[in-house]
Amino acid sequence: MIHLYKNNGYNICLDVNSGSVHVIDDLTYDVLQGMDQGKSDDQIQEELSGRYDTADISEAISECDMLKRQGMLFSEDSYRGAIEHFSERPTVVKALCLQIAHDCNLACRYCFADEGEYHGKRGLMSYEVGRKALDFLIRNSGNRHNLEVDFFGGEPTMNWQVVKDLVAYGRSREKECNKKFRFTLTTNGVLVNDEIMDFCDREMGNVVMSVDGRKSVHDYMRPFRGGKGSYDLVIPKFREWAERRHQDKYYVRGTFTHYNLDFAADVLSLADLGFKQISMEPVVAPPTEDYAIREEDIPKICEQYDILAKEMIRRAKEGRGFNFFHFMIDLSGGPCVYKRLSGCGSGGEYLAVSPWGELYPCHQFDGNPEFILGNVDAGITRPDLVQEFKKVNVYSKPECTSCFSRFYCSGGCAANSYNFTGGINDVYRIGCELQRKRVECALMIKAALADDEGNTEMKIDGTNG
Amino acid sequence: MKHIKTLNTRNLQNSVKDGGCGECQTSCQSACKTSCTVGNQTCEHAAK
Repeated sequence: MIHLYKNNGYNICLDVNSGSVHVIDDLTYDVLQGMDQGKSDDQIQEELSGRYDTADISEAISECDMLKRQGMLFSEDSYRGAIEHFSERPTVVKALCLQIAHDCNLACRYCFADEGEYHGKRGLMSYEVGRKALDFLIRNSGNRHNLEVDFFGGEPTMNWQVVKDLVAYGRSREKECNKKFRFTLTTNGVLVNDEIMDFCDREMGNVVMSVDGRKSVHDYMRPFRGGKGSYDLVIPKFREWAERRHQDKYYVRGTFTHYNLDFAADVLSLADLGFKQISMEPVVAPPTEDYAIREEDIPKICEQYDILAKEMIRRAKEGRGFNFFHFMIDLSGGPCVYKRLSGCGSGGEYLAVSPWGELYPCHQFDGNPEFILGNVDAGITRPDLVQEFKKVNVYSKPECTSCFSRFYCSGGCAANSYNFTGGINDVYRIGCELQRKRVECALMIKAALADDEGNTEMKIDGTNG
Repeated sequence: MKHIKTLNTRNLQNSVKDGGCGECQTSCQSACKTSCTVGNQTCEHAAK
């Protein structure tokens, strides 16, 4: 299976199963279209002979044939057996999302934690519950060395002492257990101060700072309970923090909604403030919400991704580039096919822990009693549900088998699927459309930054590497 | 080649043999939290 498309003056061919990316001229684009439709070389020659030189057509066909022989064009999907075997391996847990605070000092309109209210169930995680969660992780991590713990909420800095104590506890057990904890924190910035920044810079491998872009957009969606915007309070802190972290190992992360479909301006507004690591995601909300992304918004959003991609190339070439999380694709050192097929690992190797120690498949299922997998005392009490999540992969979703993007999103998010279709093993159609567009833009950026010699590639942050 | 420029990519088929160690970062721990963004994760095995 190949995917052919044109974007920003580039003709691109993605060979889906090998992951090879080819930048091709117009002639080869037409040749490959013919090949993809099952036409013979003679048919292709005949059809294209009025538009191209016969010798050139033969040459393009022979270049395609060479890549086919090298397994880089029309390569076979030979992974189904491998993933079935892979799925049968014993489950290990390697990452926890700790809902350290079911409480928040903001009242963001789109919050899937119900504006920090958590459907009426507010609470802070105790040190004791957190310690048991880390013990559960160590106990169930098998021979995995790297263990990840994200302090999430709500707003985790509202329970800051427990965060610090849990980091200390985790570190104290690393040596004896031969494990390495990678802690991360997601914060709205309201309570961030020097002490929090210092601590995180020592201990946190990544920090996610929530900000939505332009002041008007941010203040509308991320107000305090009284309605006042939070932009002016958090932006100066986040700018300082990004510098303290040397513009690395952090993201400013925003959400765009139906109300700011021109979100490229929000991303660029953050870039203009000096941020180099930026993420901006479409809101995931039921269609009943006024701010939800709708089917009819898709063309406008795709147009925005194109605008953003072109501007990122321009800035990179001027030496003032930045990273956009959803356009980042690691072509040469990216994940193996097992990772690509099995996805985020929710409900198996990735779990969320509520303030009361309940285990959920991920943070988005938190609060739904049907999805409680167990707790930090008893461990997994619903192995049947864990098995169900383990079966979620690219091959379990018919829509994915014909999608060129399947090795980049791994079949998508189980929580999105559940929220929109009622089942975890389905797809969220709007999300799929946007994912495909992002992959196309990301590959086009790679093509644009590959230099004329083809031997070095400029990184999107403006450096050569 | 005259008509085709191939970008430097990791061949997924080769990763069937040397992949699957599971040490890589969980995608939702990086920055997504509402999507599934796997293609941009870095392989720990290859990084060694």
